[in-house]
Amino acid sequence: MNHYEFYHHTARDPYGYAQEWKKRTGKKVVGHFCTYTPEEFVVAAGALPFRLFGSTENISRADAHLQAYACSLVRGGLEEALAGKLDFLDGTVFPHTCDSIQRLSDIWRLNTGIKNHFDVILPVQLHTESAREYMFDVLRKFRTDLEKGLGVSITDDDLRESITLFNEVRKKLRELYLIRSSHPGIISGSDINAIVKTSMVMDRKELLVKLTETVEQLNILKKDAPAANKKRLVLTGGICNNPDIHGILDSLGAAVVWDDLCTGTRYFEGEISLTGDPVTDIGRRYLERDVCPAKYRSSTSRGDNLVHIVKKHEARGVIFMFLKFCDPQGFDYPYMKQFLDREKIPSMLLEIEDRLPSEGQLKTRFETFLDML
Amino acid sequence: MNTNQSPNEAIAKDPEKEKRKIKSVKTMKKIMTDYYIQAKTASQNGKLVAWITSGGPVEPLIAFDVIPVYPENYGAMIGASKMGVDLCEKAEEMGYSRDLCSYARSDIACATIDGGPIGGLPKPDFLVCCNNICGTVMKWYEVQARYFNVPLFIYDTPFIHTEFSPEARRYLRRQLDDYITFLEKVTGKKADMDRFDQVGRLSLEGQRLWQAVLDTTMNRPAPMTAFDAFFHLALIVTLRGTQTVVDYYTELLDEMRERVSQGIGMVPDEKYRLIWDNLPVWYRTKWLSDKLASHGAALVSDTYTSAWSGVMHLIDPDNFMETMGLAYSHAYINTSVDMMFEKVKEMVVKYGADGLVMHSNRSCKPYSFGQYDLQKMVLKELDIPTLIIEADMVDERNFSESQIETRIDAFMEILKGRKK
Repeated sequence: MNHYEFYHHTARDPYGYAQEWKKRTGKKVVGHFCTYTPEEFVVAAGALPFRLFGSTENISRADAHLQAYACSLVRGGLEEALAGKLDFLDGTVFPHTCDSIQRLSDIWRLNTGIKNHFDVILPVQLHTESAREYMFDVLRKFRTDLEKGLGVSITDDDLRESITLFNEVRKKLRELYLIRSSHPGIISGSDINAIVKTSMVMDRKELLVKLTETVEQLNILKKDAPAANKKRLVLTGGICNNPDIHGILDSLGAAVVWDDLCTGTRYFEGEISLTGDPVTDIGRRYLERDVCPAKYRSSTSRGDNLVHIVKKHEARGVIFMFLKFCDPQGFDYPYMKQFLDREKIPSMLLEIEDRLPSEGQLKTRFETFLDML
Repeated sequence: MNTNQSPNEAIAKDPEKEKRKIKSVKTMKKIMTDYYIQAKTASQNGKLVAWITSGGPVEPLIAFDVIPVYPENYGAMIGASKMGVDLCEKAEEMGYSRDLCSYARSDIACATIDGGPIGGLPKPDFLVCCNNICGTVMKWYEVQARYFNVPLFIYDTPFIHTEFSPEARRYLRRQLDDYITFLEKVTGKKADMDRFDQVGRLSLEGQRLWQAVLDTTMNRPAPMTAFDAFFHLALIVTLRGTQTVVDYYTELLDEMRERVSQGIGMVPDEKYRLIWDNLPVWYRTKWLSDKLASHGAALVSDTYTSAWSGVMHLIDPDNFMETMGLAYSHAYINTSVDMMFEKVKEMVVKYGADGLVMHSNRSCKPYSFGQYDLQKMVLKELDIPTLIIEADMVDERNFSESQIETRIDAFMEILKGRKK
C-alpha cells in the first residue's frame, strides 16, 4: 500500500476515524472550525480536537436557519450537524473569528443539540498590551469551562505535556513543507493536503508517530531526487477543502511550495516556548503567529507576509483561493494583489463555492495562469 | 382602503397630508448641513476630523473637540441619493467582491473619487473603529488606514453570546485608557476630565430624549413611523454628547407629544402595527412607507433606531467614561440571537405589534443571520407572523420591486385574515 494511503483514507472519512477512535479509547471528541481554537487545552483535557470542514452534500436543512449568502463552511457545517452526522461530538469550540461564525455559534447552540458549547471570545486585535492580557484571561476561562464541561481536571503539567506534543507535531509538518519546498518532485500537493487534513482530526500522539515515519522516508528520498522542473506556486486564502484542486495542479506540473492557508501553515506555524505559565505560553503563540484576515496586527501584515514567503520560497506565482462570501479574505484581496503587482509577481483569484466549477473548467483556468509564469 | 390604487394615489387622496408632515424635519436638515460644512472646513478652522463607526465611542472625540465623521451615515446618504450602484461597481473594478458590505464598497470607492451626494467626505486625521456592529468595519477601516495613511484606533468589544464576562469588562476598561492615550497623542492635548463628564451627561440626556421620541409611537395612532425614525436618527448617531442633540430631540419630542394629543397619526387609518428589523433599504424608504401605508400598516418601532438608546441602563451617569465600555458592548447586534429575541419580545409587547417585517440585508451578516430563527421564535412564543424582505441597504441591484411587492401584499392578507 502506498505510504500516503492512510492519510487519504482518513482525510476522506474523518467522521469514521473519530467514531472508531472513540470506541477504541473511550474518550471524547471536541469539534471546531478554526485554527484559533486553543487545541492544546483540548488535548490536555484528554480529548481529541477535531476540525470540521463543512459539507460535501447538498445544503437543505441549513437553509431553514441561514441565508444563501453565508459561506459554504458555515452552511455546510450546520448542515452536517442538523443531519445528525456530528452526533459523535462531545462538544464544539467557537473561537471568535468572523461575523458568520459568530452567528453560526448562536444558531448551532440553539438548534443542533450538541452539548458542551464553548465560546472562546478571543480579541480581534492582537498587537496591544490590553488585548494580550485579555487573550490570557480568555484562555484561563476556556480551561475552566473545558474542565467543567468534560468533567476533568487540567493541570499545568497536562498543559505542558500537550504543548510539547503540539510542538513536535507542528515541527514535523513544517519539516514536510520545507522538504516539499526544496524538493517539490518527491511529494505531491494532493498528498500534502491529505496529511494536513489528517493532522487536524487524528489522535495527536499517533499522528506524531506517522508523521515522523513520513518525514524519515522523505529525507531518504531527498538524497537521490533529481531536480524537479515544476512551476513553483504559493497558495493564499482560507480553507481549501477540495482535494481535486491539488490533484489538478499536480497534473499540470505545478508545485505549491508554500502557503498562507487555514488548512496549511496557519495550522502549524509557531513554536511554543515553555517559560513557566503554560496558559500564557499558549496564548503567546496565538498572539504572535502570522494573522488570518479576521485578526488585526497591522494594516499591512498579511500583504508583507505574502511577499516575504513568495520570495523566500522562490515562487513564480500566487493563487488566491478562498470561499465565496468570505468577507475577511475578500477585503484583503485587492491590497495583497497590489503588493504582488508591485513586485511583478503574477497572481490569480479562485473563489470557491459549494460546488466547484467542473474539473475541465478548473484545469483550463489553472493552465492559462501557469502559462503566464 | 381600496388596495387597487397605487400607493401614491392612495396617499395623494389624503386630505390630512400637510398636517401629517413632521415640522422639525426642516431644523434637522439645517443641523446636518451645518455639521457637514463644519466637517469639510475643519482643517481651515484648526480642527481635527476623525472617521468613526456608527456604534463607536464618540464621546471622547467630542470631549477632545474633534469632529466625528461617519462613513456609514454617508453610506445611508449615498443609498438615499441612489448613488450606491455606481459606487459599488467602482469598488468591484478595484477588486472588491460584490458580496462585500455595500456601505464599505461605496465608501472605499467614494474616497478615491470624492463621490457621493456632497462630493466626498473630508479626509480623516485618524480613524476609530469599534467592532460592536460587525467585523466588516475592522476590514473596511484597515483599507482606509492604508489608503489615507493615518493612525487607526481599535475599540474591541467582545461579542456577547450568553454573558458579558469579567474578562471582557476588564478588557474594555483597559481600552478606555488606550483610547485616551491615543487621543492625547493624535491631538497633542491632555484629556479634560471635566469636559468628559459634561459630554457624558449630554450623551445620556440625548439618548434619553431619543428613547422618549421613540416611545411616543406606543400611542395609537403612532405620531411617526420607523421611516421617520430612520431620518431623525442621524443626530444621536453622529453628534451624541453635544448640546445640539439635546436641543433638537427636545423640539422633536414636543412636536410628537403635540401630535399625540391631537390624535395625528403618520399613517392615515392605522390598522396594523408592525416592527421593522435590520437597516433600512435606504433607496426605497418612501416606496416601502407608501406601500405599507396603503394597507393601513404602520411601522411603529424598529430594532435599528432603538439601538442608539437601548443601553442607557448600563451607564453610570456619574461615571460615563468608565461604564461606557459595558454599554457599547451590549449594542443590539453584538449580542446573541436569543438575546436579540428577548429585546424583540419586549418591543412587541410594548408597542402592541401585530407582525414583524425583517429586512434580510445582503450587506449585514450580523443583523441578518439568525433572522430565520427569530422568525420561528416570534411565531412560537408571540404568535405573530413575520415578513422577510430580501434586499440590500445601499446596492439597488439586490432589490426586486415586483417580488417584494407581492410578498408585502401576501403578508398583509395574512394579517387581515388574523384580525377578523
